[in-house]
Amino acid sequence: MRGVAARLLGVLPVLLLGMAGGAAHGMDDGALMAAHRGGTLRLTAASSGGSVDPQIAYEQQNLQIGAPVYDGLMAFPKSGRGDAVRPVPDLADGMPEIRDGGRTYVFRLRQGIRFSDGHVLGVEDVVATMRRIFRVNSPAAGPYFSNLVGAAPCLAGQGRCDLSNGVVTDAAAGTVTFHLARPDTDFLYKLAFPQAAIVPAGTPDHDTGNVAPPGTGPYRITFYDPDRVMRLERNPYFRVWDGLAQPDGFPDRIVYSFGLDEEAEVTAVENGQYDWMLDMPPRDRLGELGDRYVPRVHLSDMLVVWYMEMNVRLAPFDVPEVRRALNDAVDRHAMVLHEGGPALAYPACDMIPRGIPSHDPECAYGRGASVAHPAPSWQGVDMARARALVAASGTAGQDVTIVTMNTSMGRVLGQAVRETLAELGYHAIVRPITPVVEFSYLQNTSNAVQIGFTGWQADYPAPGAFLHTLFACDSFHPSSDNSLNMSGFCDPAIDRLMDDAAAAQQGDPVRADAMWQQADAAIMAQAPVVPLVQTRRLDLVSARVGHVLSSAYYMVLLAQLWVH
Amino acid sequence: MTAPTASSSLSAPRPAGPWRRAGRRLARDRAAMVALAVLLAVTAACLLAPVYARDVAHTDPFTSNVAGSVTIDGRSVDIMQPNDNPLHLGLSPIGPTWHASADLLGADSQGRDLAARLLYGGRTSLLISFCAAALCIVLAAIVGIVAGYAGGIVDAVLSRIMDIMWAVPVYLFAISLSIVTVSQGLKLGPVAIASDNLLIPICIIALVYVPYAARPVRGRVMSLRRAEFVTAARALGVPGYRIVLRDILPNVTGTLVVLAPLMMALAMMAESALSFLSIGVQAPGASWGTIIEDGEGLIYTRPMVAIAPGLAIVIVVLALNVLGDGMRDALDVRDSGRERA
Repeated sequence: MRGVAARLLGVLPVLLLGMAGGAAHGMDDGALMAAHRGGTLRLTAASSGGSVDPQIAYEQQNLQIGAPVYDGLMAFPKSGRGDAVRPVPDLADGMPEIRDGGRTYVFRLRQGIRFSDGHVLGVEDVVATMRRIFRVNSPAAGPYFSNLVGAAPCLAGQGRCDLSNGVVTDAAAGTVTFHLARPDTDFLYKLAFPQAAIVPAGTPDHDTGNVAPPGTGPYRITFYDPDRVMRLERNPYFRVWDGLAQPDGFPDRIVYSFGLDEEAEVTAVENGQYDWMLDMPPRDRLGELGDRYVPRVHLSDMLVVWYMEMNVRLAPFDVPEVRRALNDAVDRHAMVLHEGGPALAYPACDMIPRGIPSHDPECAYGRGASVAHPAPSWQGVDMARARALVAASGTAGQDVTIVTMNTSMGRVLGQAVRETLAELGYHAIVRPITPVVEFSYLQNTSNAVQIGFTGWQADYPAPGAFLHTLFACDSFHPSSDNSLNMSGFCDPAIDRLMDDAAAAQQGDPVRADAMWQQADAAIMAQAPVVPLVQTRRLDLVSARVGHVLSSAYYMVLLAQLWVH
Repeated sequence: MTAPTASSSLSAPRPAGPWRRAGRRLARDRAAMVALAVLLAVTAACLLAPVYARDVAHTDPFTSNVAGSVTIDGRSVDIMQPNDNPLHLGLSPIGPTWHASADLLGADSQGRDLAARLLYGGRTSLLISFCAAALCIVLAAIVGIVAGYAGGIVDAVLSRIMDIMWAVPVYLFAISLSIVTVSQGLKLGPVAIASDNLLIPICIIALVYVPYAARPVRGRVMSLRRAEFVTAARALGVPGYRIVLRDILPNVTGTLVVLAPLMMALAMMAESALSFLSIGVQAPGASWGTIIEDGEGLIYTRPMVAIAPGLAIVIVVLALNVLGDGMRDALDVRDSGRERA
């Protein structure tokens, strides 16, 4: 592991140089903008990300390109500076006033901001947007805003959905007040989620598809053909109000083309035909990129954990010793190698990824580690202890079916776990199914999945979005395709610990982080999952591109790229 | 008068049968004999796969080994080797070492010995193509003989079914069937076949090629049905099934035998295509198609992983085609009454 660390340290200076960009030259934002503003940024991707309606778009691709187009009351910083995973005020003129023990949030709206169609932003746009989230059946409606007072009829799609008691506006004072049925310490994160972007009142209450509603950011989407191209031009009404939440963009135009495969994308960016590619380069091009294009390669952490979920209600994983045995036996080092090596993946030992403040690198499983005395990091497999645990469980010889997604990654990691289970004495087979179906399939208890491979990238970068969403008792819904607690894990004591951590989040974030770490350790002590790897992202840019800034949430900040 | 006649009759050399004559002609065809030798050599090598893996390479070709190492000239070498670039981006499996005991042809993306997998994959590919071709020939013979001999409505129905199957591109047809069966397995009443069972690709490949083999058989049977010896047998009141078994079948056997190597070549390519698309042989099993699929992602850095099984397919398919041509020349029914000059 020392060798791995040394290699990563070797990468660090390159990353810092790339990410610091022009800021390293000591220029302020205005001078940078004056020096580098203009030009056309050309992006490429294998395919488009579907609807550009901000209340509907859910693909990371459209969340990323939508970042310089739309704003919410809150936002995750888009400047590449500051703590990229803590929400900051965006259209709100400062942090909200929180009353009633966390049930009421009062925001004051910034004045003088205009949408790209010239319409002046007002409080009525905020309440219309909140209503629209429900009326267009946004993916954020149920999970994030069902706690609003008056949301029930909106969710049911019956009766009036006016949220008149849940979102109260005062046009004269320029305030918007949210009333929640219960305290929600993640509420600011939820308002920073891109699907809570504010659009003008009067935006149709249906998915606008290929037509992007006006936004308040520095760009507007002027043309979108999902089979071919998306074009963005400057929003003529944009003025910078907060350089952290929504800075101005550098290029005058952004042209996003679709249709090349990953091989062709790499070649096109290498040759300068495009400036950036969305997709990860194929594995066998990595050596070439690392050899010849070092200054143009940028690595960043992704807030995604890949793991095996084990159904704690089905044999043999209903026995905790079996789950612990698999955690001891799965070789995370091999998993990292499968994913391209230490430059592109980290071994994962817990379910809060690096990049989230509550992340704890300690490992409770494997060689030299235990739940009581975790090792500082992954040290290797402990097959002897794993075999002993399986022997004690009396489950050896049982059939196990591993459900995995039918992708290269899914098949390879699924096979690796199958081999481990076989070594432990089980008769294991792999069942790959299409990735479009697999995630829902794993969630539904009717499918009786014993163990499945999946990944989780939270919609907003808070520890609760990982732990509470995946392991809380109220996240388990039998016979439903929407039961993110796929393991069926439920421990009321851990639920209470998570509630306490959430409650501490706004008043004492340091204590909250420590409590989230405790919750994470308590969950891993019962091992409902086997965390495998946390992957990293590689961005390749053309020679004429500079100022490559990344955010753990939005990936590369496209509007911050400058073109020579 | 009687004795000498009988004596001269006994002493005259007995004329060789058509199969013997065909065998002689085939033996004189050098290209066909080389092809046969190549096929036998490849088959023998593949049958010895377990011996190679266990006693020579000392490896398990079905278990991933990315974190493993091999010893070459006394040095331990990691199987997955970090690329030598400043960012340490990417890993490449070890390339050909040309040491039989240490990844002779290199390793695949999961660190498994390519040579051992090539031999094991060959066993699977040859088995599937042989069984699929045999099953296809049997089905085609039944369909072709029934349609050609019965004629009328039976022929019309069977021929239209064959036409419909023929109208669907063969690979598209095979892919459609494979996608369904590879996800759910195959259940036919009380018989359940798991999705990773080799019977599934065998049956699918055999089925999709039936029209290709049944048509020439039907044509041959239709011409035989009007032959004098069949008419005579009918006139003597010989039952239809006896005519088919005793008179028709022996006369189409040559056609079927000639078709066999060609069908086997087609079956091998179909199996490779399905396995390349992940809907043929299922992991951890190996066939030449699955190995090519593994190699696709390494085509820039370790092209041997795709080239070696690709070459194996080319060699075997070429050999089967050459052998098939030789058998066609040797067994050609138009030549059955005379020796080639």
